[in-house]
Amino acid sequence: MRLTLRIWRQRGPEQPGTMTAYEVDGISEDMSFLEMLDTLNERLILDGDEPVAFDHDCREGICGACGMVINGQAHGPERTTTCQLHMRHFSDGDTIDIEPWRAAAFPVVKDLVVDRSAFDRIIGSGGYVTAPTGSAPEAHATPVPKPVADTAFEHAECIGCGACVAACPNGSAMLFTSAKVVHLNVLPQGAPERESRVLDMVGTMDAEGFGGCTNTGECAVACPKGIPLQSIATMNREFLRAARRAPR
Amino acid sequence: MTSYTAYQTGEPIADTKAPAGPIEERWDRRRFTAKLVNPANRRKHTVIVVGTGLAGGSAGATLAEQGYHVVQFCYQDSPRRAHSIAAQGGVNAAKNYRNDGDSIHRLFYDTVKGGDFRARESNVRRLAQVSVEIIDQCVAQGVPFAREYGGLLDTRSFGGVQVSRTFYARGQTGQQLLLGAYQALSRQIAAGNVEMHARTEMLDLVVVDGRARGIVARDLVTGEISTHFADAVVLASGGYGNVFYLSTNAKNSNATAIWRAHRRGAHFANPCFTQIHPTCIPRSGDHQSKLTLMSESLRNDGRIWVPKAKGDTRAPGRIPEDERDYYLERIYPSFGNLVPRDIASRAAKNVCDEGRGVGPGGQGVYLDFADAIARMGRDKVAEKYGNLFEMYERITAEDPYEVPMRIYPAIHYTMGGLWVDYDLQTTVPGLFAIGEANFSDHGANRLGASALMQGLADGYFVLPSTINDYLARHPHDTVDPQHPSVTEAVEGVTARLEKLLSIDGDRTPDSFHRELGELLWDDCGMARNATGLRKALERIPELRDEFWRRVKVPGGGEELNQSLEKANRIADYFELAELMCLDALHREESCGGHFREESQTPDGEAARDDDRFSYVAAWEFRGTGAAPVLHKEQLVFEYVHPTQRSYA
Amino acid sequence: MQGVLPTVGVMALATRTGRRPSTLATLWRSTVGKKTVMAVTGVIMLLYLVAHMLGNLKIFFGSTEFNGYAYWLRTIGEPALHYSWFLWIVRVVLVAAVVFHGVAAYQLSRRDLGARPTAYAHRRPRAGYATRTMRWGGIILALFIVWHLLDLTTLTVNPRGEAGHPYQNVVADFRNWYADAIYIVAMLALGLHIRHGLWSAAQTLGANSARRDAALKFTANALALVLTAGFVAVPVSVMTGVVS
Ligand SMILES: Cc1cc2nc3c(=O)[nH]c(=O)nc-3n(C[C@H](O)[C@H](O)[C@H](O)COP(=O)(O)OP(=O)(O)OC[C@H]3O[C@@H](n4cnc5c(N)ncnc54)[C@H](O)[C@@H]3O)c2cc1C
Ligand code: HEM
Ligand code: HEM
Ligand code: SF4
Ligand code: F3S
Ligand code: FES
Repeated sequence: MRLTLRIWRQRGPEQPGTMTAYEVDGISEDMSFLEMLDTLNERLILDGDEPVAFDHDCREGICGACGMVINGQAHGPERTTTCQLHMRHFSDGDTIDIEPWRAAAFPVVKDLVVDRSAFDRIIGSGGYVTAPTGSAPEAHATPVPKPVADTAFEHAECIGCGACVAACPNGSAMLFTSAKVVHLNVLPQGAPERESRVLDMVGTMDAEGFGGCTNTGECAVACPKGIPLQSIATMNREFLRAARRAPR
Repeated sequence: MTSYTAYQTGEPIADTKAPAGPIEERWDRRRFTAKLVNPANRRKHTVIVVGTGLAGGSAGATLAEQGYHVVQFCYQDSPRRAHSIAAQGGVNAAKNYRNDGDSIHRLFYDTVKGGDFRARESNVRRLAQVSVEIIDQCVAQGVPFAREYGGLLDTRSFGGVQVSRTFYARGQTGQQLLLGAYQALSRQIAAGNVEMHARTEMLDLVVVDGRARGIVARDLVTGEISTHFADAVVLASGGYGNVFYLSTNAKNSNATAIWRAHRRGAHFANPCFTQIHPTCIPRSGDHQSKLTLMSESLRNDGRIWVPKAKGDTRAPGRIPEDERDYYLERIYPSFGNLVPRDIASRAAKNVCDEGRGVGPGGQGVYLDFADAIARMGRDKVAEKYGNLFEMYERITAEDPYEVPMRIYPAIHYTMGGLWVDYDLQTTVPGLFAIGEANFSDHGANRLGASALMQGLADGYFVLPSTINDYLARHPHDTVDPQHPSVTEAVEGVTARLEKLLSIDGDRTPDSFHRELGELLWDDCGMARNATGLRKALERIPELRDEFWRRVKVPGGGEELNQSLEKANRIADYFELAELMCLDALHREESCGGHFREESQTPDGEAARDDDRFSYVAAWEFRGTGAAPVLHKEQLVFEYVHPTQRSYA
Repeated sequence: MQGVLPTVGVMALATRTGRRPSTLATLWRSTVGKKTVMAVTGVIMLLYLVAHMLGNLKIFFGSTEFNGYAYWLRTIGEPALHYSWFLWIVRVVLVAAVVFHGVAAYQLSRRDLGARPTAYAHRRPRAGYATRTMRWGGIILALFIVWHLLDLTTLTVNPRGEAGHPYQNVVADFRNWYADAIYIVAMLALGLHIRHGLWSAAQTLGANSARRDAALKFTANALALVLTAGFVAVPVSVMTGVVS
């Protein structure tokens, strides 16, 4: 098929950017969205233009590297990552708008590449269990009821892609942060640091310049891993509990 | 023919660090004899870790916990995105929670046998021993492994074994294990013990006075070239499967770190030992940028078949039972669909070569869940494999609950890598290699769920013990940044990048990569023979020359330039590919993933030649295009005696 | 970042070993805590409005009953409390609620707008109408409250303005089309505000869960509808002459 792409081009963090139009032809339905962009890039190189920069690595929907806003939707029209979106969801002759994640906490690096290192700092401030190597007890010493383990797993599935932030009108990182808080706080292994974890992670989230949550719910709709909106409620509860009880 | 094939055989090498004595005691002994660094002095020592996958992430966190100053690198924007995140199936450990006869010795035995007797016994035995602690460690970190209703850990079985020792987290085991390591690492980064450089790629190793003392790296955002110095350097940069262009590896996984180290003196072991995974989604066209793995765990419940008749193009549902050939169950009745990967892959290739393959181009076999759905119900199947089914449907637009999956083998893992001794040290003092980057534990074929085990064993337990010994023997001193070795390395890196940018030819970097990949897949892929390998060895240098004349890299060096990154990696692939073909040519036996058509049993199975080839081939670099020197490490089997592998 | 994004202070980081601020400071300084303040004050106002609506509906029972009710309001708690003390307590609580709610809303909104400085070129309808109009709805409500106090409490702008005769004041009021318009617009804004706000408050206070989500949304919709209808009934019935 033949498509018109309007892509955000921006040379560097300080430079201005614009939407630039390109025509691509000969796109197969079986291509992934990124393979479609590969095709464009191959042509741009030969034409002496600069190819479009975008982050990607696994192309299997698990590393969380890829991500662009396609026709106003983070990761595009399907509930999956950009790398797992296939061209069969578009039609011949479509015009597709492609933009980077937009949020103050995710400054644009180049074209569609943004800096998501704020997520790493949120994790570093409490998104772990302090269990230095070698100190672990026998794995079966603490049974974890299956429903609890399942809840933990469902929240641990977050791939840190940042679509939630991109979709949120407030550029809020609540869904990302709550996914990790819930994953670790429901497990017995995470219990000793339950309070400090949520207080510190929320503190870092605010400090990194993400917006607050007004319960818009866009994040959960965009999340390719189906992290539920209620995990934000759970984190709020954990936060209130911690604010009351955290040892001073 | 170039003189490349006229290689010399040099001094044999020996693994001098593995203690002798009963194999069960070797690791404890080594730990005891290794010198320690006084905790108060550790802070003064800097260790560079390249890579944040399971191996690098766990090593960085653990070394920092021990008190070392760690400087760590990854090319992704976050350490959490290392390729390990994509591992699906599971991680092995000899816990024997199932009471099904498993033990450390059995895991050791299975791994040596699965590797077709081309791995070092003492290493594998240590791996099996440490496996038990890995599970404990990961559970303590909050890794949400699958559990039974009683709250205890669940396990499943994987190819090549008859016990159920694989721990898993749905189809996302690698993700969960990696996030555990990443979180531990993040804690150390926040505490200031690890200095993390994301989006920074190592482009050369700095060797000063015979010791690895640092790296030259490029900031992928600004293009700035920087040097970093340390008392020891650890490479955890993963495997080199992407040399084939199409593989299941992450798109940006590459061989540059290990290849640059090889050029600086680290021997490269068994480069031709590559693993083809039997269950990948077949390619759908020329646009294909990578191949997607369908976890091996699917073989637990899926049945593999092709039509009995050649050229049968009926829809799978219309082919009656008695016209289907469940060839793995037929040829290997006791292991059935769970034979090791090399065997399953070759069997698939054979039936497709016979003209019985299915799907476009006849490059596929069916993996059918109809029986499993009938037996356990759709819900149970969905619970076990739901995400894989979804992924399959997304990519192929076919619903595997209704129509059997189509699968085909693809390049997946590389057993070869930098040669390391029992301490995981390469032939360059102070340079260590862990995880898929080294060659250590899997011989000629890796068993499913053993790479995660090895990466974590190396990173959490082995390296943090053995590196002490090296550091304790080399008191801390600083590197002079003006040292000629340093300036030479920086200038080399800069010149190479400038060269790539200045060629301004008429072919894209990817077009070269594709061409090289196809060549390798044809001649050094699932089956190899002398004629094909010689042909490839002639073609690769030509292609390399053409690359250096005709590649076009747009943009500049002082910015984010993904074409430049690619081209720079591809440049190394040419040299590596040449070594792989040479290694494959020289090893005239078949073993594990390396199948030489000249060496097979009458019924088409791989025929090993233990008399001539029971060694590790460690190659020493002698210059681009110049014949390398072969060093043999003879393998000794005291506990698991080599037999013809049989999975019938 | 702190310079760019106003108001919500930054909680001390890496406080594992350090002292933590007090619970109230923790709440007021973080986005999550400040949102809790909004939820709690919002719920207080909501409870008041339920009572207020029920009281207002007494208008259908005639002037004696309505004025008597207004008088009764001022005698609650007697003799323990002095005349109209109860009402003053309610007023103080309400003023505090409005102020905290409004200040928090202002601060958070400025921060939220700053956290997404660039809009997407390709816009697409987003979340529901109620969700999108919270800020405007809030502003309308704030203006309305001022107007309403001047109108029926201080009687400054009331066409009749006779203290102690609220029934007559209300009726006089709603004979004016612009008063009807102001009230009805405000009531619609109120309905939308509650429709999202009640569910939102439950989410903010951590009371939402996958199981409760549907029930909460239903309650929020129902309450929004009942309150709007209940309040609008008064001007409408004056306009149509049902109440005179
Ligand atoms: C699809 C798939 C499924 C798999 N499933 C399983 C499974 O179920 N069980 C199992 O046991 N194994 C599995 N494997 C194999 C296993 O995932 C890998 O062998 C293992 O994860 C390798 O880990 P690693 O830490 O050695 O390297 P990687 O995870 O590859 O990490 C490499 C790191 O090095 C960094 N790096 C590389 N080069 C440079 C450079 N030049 N400069 C700076 N940084 C650099 C990268 O940024 C990255 O952080 C699977 C593999 C694939 C492809
Ligand atoms: C002073 C005038 C008011 C202003 C400026 C205002 C503004 C806001 C804003 C901006 C929000 C947050 C939007 C969101 O969460 O999406 C909000 C939430 C809310 N408002 Fe108001 N509002 C006002 C009056 C009221 C009144 C009179 C009520 C009583 C019914 C009320 C009840 C609520 C509730 C329950 C919430 C939800 C709180 C939460 O999400 O946690 N508000 N308000
Ligand atoms: C048509 C709908 C309404 C009518 C007819 C109405 C009527 C009245 C009357 C008659 C009073 C004076 C009571 C007294 O002094 O005894 C009053 C007070 C008040 N009303 Fe309303 N009201 C309506 C809607 C609202 C709404 C929507 C709000 C809030 C958003 C509100 C908030 C208040 C407040 C805060 C007071 C002051 C209470 C006090 O301090 O005396 N009212 N209202
Ligand atoms: S919560 Fe969902 S959208 Fe947000 S980072 Fe995680 S996976 Fe991506
Ligand atoms: S979209 Fe934004 S406002 Fe909250 S519910 Fe999600 S973070
Ligand atoms: S490239 Fe890894 S999730 Fe898309």
